[in-house]
Amino acid sequence: MDTEMLVAGFLAAAVRVATPLLLAATGETVSERSGVINLGLEGIMLTGALAATLGATAWGPWSGVACAIAAGMLLAAVFALLVVGARADQIITGTAITLAAVGLTGTVYRQAYGSGGAGLTIPTLESVAIPGLSQIPVLGPALFDQPVPTYLALLGMPIVWWVLFRTRLGLALRATGEGAAMARAVGVRTNLIRSGATVVGGGFAGLAGATLVLAQVGSFAEGMTAGRGYVAIAIVVLGRWHPGGIALGALLFGVATALQFLLQTLGLDAPYQLFLMLPYLLTLFALAGAVGRVRAPADLGR
Amino acid sequence: MRALGWAVGAVALGLAVLFAGLEAAGFDAEVGLGALWMGAFGSWDAFSSSTLVRAVPLILIGLGISVAFRGGAINIGAEGQFYAGAIAATWVGLHLAGRSGPIAIGALLLAAAVAGLCWVAVPVWLKLRFGVIEVISTLLLNFVAVSLVSFMVQGPLQEQGRIYPQSDTIAEAAQLPLLPGSRLHAGLVLAVAGALVLWFLFAKTLWGFRLRAVGMGPRAAEVSGRIDSQRVSAVALLVSGAIAGLAGGVEVSGVSYALFQNLSPGYGFTGIAVALLGGLHPIGVVVAGVLFGALEAGAGAMQRDAGIPAVAVYVVEAVVIIVALLATVPRGGWTGLRAVVRKRIAPGKAAG
Repeated sequence: MDTEMLVAGFLAAAVRVATPLLLAATGETVSERSGVINLGLEGIMLTGALAATLGATAWGPWSGVACAIAAGMLLAAVFALLVVGARADQIITGTAITLAAVGLTGTVYRQAYGSGGAGLTIPTLESVAIPGLSQIPVLGPALFDQPVPTYLALLGMPIVWWVLFRTRLGLALRATGEGAAMARAVGVRTNLIRSGATVVGGGFAGLAGATLVLAQVGSFAEGMTAGRGYVAIAIVVLGRWHPGGIALGALLFGVATALQFLLQTLGLDAPYQLFLMLPYLLTLFALAGAVGRVRAPADLGR
Repeated sequence: MRALGWAVGAVALGLAVLFAGLEAAGFDAEVGLGALWMGAFGSWDAFSSSTLVRAVPLILIGLGISVAFRGGAINIGAEGQFYAGAIAATWVGLHLAGRSGPIAIGALLLAAAVAGLCWVAVPVWLKLRFGVIEVISTLLLNFVAVSLVSFMVQGPLQEQGRIYPQSDTIAEAAQLPLLPGSRLHAGLVLAVAGALVLWFLFAKTLWGFRLRAVGMGPRAAEVSGRIDSQRVSAVALLVSGAIAGLAGGVEVSGVSYALFQNLSPGYGFTGIAVALLGGLHPIGVVVAGVLFGALEAGAGAMQRDAGIPAVAVYVVEAVVIIVALLATVPRGGWTGLRAVVRKRIAPGKAAG
């Protein structure tokens, strides 16, 4: 087999897997920088995936994307209401939001498509090759011949960095995450900032769910996010709450996942379940290596 | 009485939300809730063979989670610990032919508890050694456990015929005795006994006091009580993992008699709702466990008889968790849990 094609295919697969993770993790960075850790991310992604399916079926793929973002923001707003408004515990509330989303999506999905939704086909987002860039050997097809959400993820990263670190709004947001009381004292409307950041994070997670359905799998399945929301949260820690670090973290997870395709192509005969575990274990290892040397926003979880 | 009041309110609100949601989604909610009630409490058979059988793992996991929460540690990995226990129990149970009942069952349950403990020992170690918060590590290990079960039932523990993704049936000696005429097994006795033991430990021992002290405020416990709060939290996590592992063993020994994929319909997460609804009190957890057992049993009946997806009851669970949180959180926040979260997630400038 042609090595260059193999490597290119491997990289393309890694980027494909990394895209929804990068999107969700970028959004989660915004909300964690403001002091809100959102374990409902998993459920929000799942809800986004279903909203994308319903929207795309009714009005086409881009409406699906819009529906997913809207649904993600809505669910995140509920979460924000509980943890910012009512000051309920963030971790447990997030778990509850995910639980609710599992129930909600399962019920709505079966109501909409019956129990045999397997044959379901929906309009998807095709790959768009960027002229010129996609011709670069090996890297070109991996980075520049992907569905639009991948480009959105790549664009979102520097934009979020710029907003967080180069604008007054970003300064207020980070101040809220580092010390809400102090930020309030200098006139920052911390509750508004936190709610806003959480809702923005929800929008990103919804888009991540849409990516999963519209740019990758092509259909919805119950519980299809399979822990990606939680992995995204781990990636935020891995990436040290920095958009650039997060991109690397997401890519690491993508590579670990793509490794199973590569090894199977190479004919390595190992149980596939071991490969399914690999990304989660690798994330754990990476966390162990990273955490001691990083500092979270001081007011995270408060 | 106040505690009971809000617990009833939480469940009522959850059911009301379910009713409204089902109506909105176009299902016949009245028929659905009727089926749910009949499936849970409609007959002695439904109550003993469905509700109580499902309550057993929920009570055990709920007890485990309340130990962790009391000690200020957040265990969201009970699902994985349950599976670790189930794997170990199955493995031991397959090698016990010819042994006497008490020894076989004892060995199986011990193996399950040890497996659950080992499974949670990884997050504990990561937390103490590297400062990785247990919220994320216990969660990630759930997915590893699910893959491990899948590997086991298609690999080392697959049945002799090598056709179905499940293990062989465990030795008869290792199966928990059943209540005659029903599927209810002796695990219920174990769960209730466990609750009583924990109630005693929480209320009457130094360990219980330290646990609560750390849960209420780790700094205060360290300064005024000279309590090593890290250590207390770590032990709480280990105990909670062992109990969740035990639950997996009890499920294998009393219900499934073999290892399957999807052995747990999310017991590890429902257990969080059980612990919170029970107010982290062992007796409360037993009551909450029976209630959620009824909900799970009723959900099955609802799907069978009314065509409403069983997963819909997760919405009820979520509402219960949130109402329980809001009701127990004093103004300004649930200081204990929050203080610990703050400390673990944001180690402050020291780690900078």
